Amino acid sequence: MPMPDKSRSIEEAIAQIPDGSSIMLGGFGVPGTPFCLIQELVRQGQGGLTLIKNDANETGMGVDWLLENGQVAKLITSHIGLNSNAVSMMNAGEIEVEFAPQGILAERIRVAGAGVMGFVTDIGLGTPMAEGKQKVTIDGKEGIVETALRADFALLHADRSDPFGNLCFSATARNFNPLMGMAATRTIAEAEAIVPLGGITPDDVNLPGPFVDDVVALPELMEVYGVVER
Amino acid sequence: MSSSAKDRMLKRAAADIKAGMTVNLGIGLPTQVLKHVPENLPVCLHSENGIAGVGPVLANEKADRNLIDAGGAYVSPVPGTSYFDSALSFAIVRSGRLDLTLLGAFEVAGNGDLANWMIPGKFTPGAGGAIELAQKARRVGVITTHTDKKGNPKILSACTLPLTARTCVDRIYTDMAVCDVTADGLCLTEIAEGVSVDDVIAATGARLIIPDQPLPTF
Repeated sequence: MPMPDKSRSIEEAIAQIPDGSSIMLGGFGVPGTPFCLIQELVRQGQGGLTLIKNDANETGMGVDWLLENGQVAKLITSHIGLNSNAVSMMNAGEIEVEFAPQGILAERIRVAGAGVMGFVTDIGLGTPMAEGKQKVTIDGKEGIVETALRADFALLHADRSDPFGNLCFSATARNFNPLMGMAATRTIAEAEAIVPLGGITPDDVNLPGPFVDDVVALPELMEVYGVVER
Repeated sequence: MSSSAKDRMLKRAAADIKAGMTVNLGIGLPTQVLKHVPENLPVCLHSENGIAGVGPVLANEKADRNLIDAGGAYVSPVPGTSYFDSALSFAIVRSGRLDLTLLGAFEVAGNGDLANWMIPGKFTPGAGGAIELAQKARRVGVITTHTDKKGNPKILSACTLPLTARTCVDRIYTDMAVCDVTADGLCLTEIAEGVSVDDVIAATGARLIIPDQPLPTF
């Protein structure tokens, strides 16, 4: 039995996303950010989006394209300090921003992908991060209930994929990508190279194909994927 | 702060990074501690974005576009480096695998409360990984100028800014002194060369315990 082929055109893959969707975007800074999928989302123009991403990239990159184009209603993130545009839009009330500690954001996504409803942690107790959250006591210790964070779509950037969507990530481009790929109703991955089935050693698969719905081959990489000149 | 005072402070903090440790260095002053750590000291540097075994920073022309640290610097691997996802990276932090983290501060309180991520109305970029590092590293050191640019103390009896974590700080390294958070209160343990105990007391907004015996200098 051959494994299914999930290859799609980028237009077809992104056209599945309706207005008002929640979308997880892989990446921590530039590495692992699916810039081509984001660019296609800008081209197609879906609006009222809730974005879930570790950061808001930098001004003029990735998430910022969607912000500039007025497509974002809400951002769930851990840190947006490198994008002054995102900070200004937040302060002006043009977008809603929900912050989570970085590892709590990652874990909320991880448990969603694991089919779990939430988890209990002491992170943020006694700080503004704990305000308004349900508290429980386990073994005599107080904890905060953190809920699973799901999304309608996840957009990932992989180094390599096969047609079934077995993904490999490179170095720190892994970050949130495999977690988000598990936590969305539909997962779309762009890959720098599509190798034939069997082209990835089973032990080397970072995110297995059952989590991935659509695989998009990237043409030659745009400059934005490169080393950032500072 | 003069550059020599800053270097002394960084060098003093670096001396607490010991062989065998797993360490996370915050962005800014903490990362600069590295220039005072011997190159051959066996230490595992962790970065929140998914590295254990962070190697030296590379010039742009030698950089791997996919290999940055949490501060965005292009770094390199060392023999023994591993990469992992963000959930696993913070599993390392929260489960107590970090022997030490060195962090910056806006304010530190005498009881070890730390505020380093938010100035309401002025600076609200989000906490990133700071809360988990401060709360869960087995030992937390803060590196900061003793006073702010206007000369106001940064070490206070209580923080006025939103907290990163409560009672998390073990040791404070400044351009003037080293102070330890103890069960009895904040204790002055070392003093920078050329600085008097009275200078330190005057620049500190929290009650300081001053030992009877002469203080070591750095």
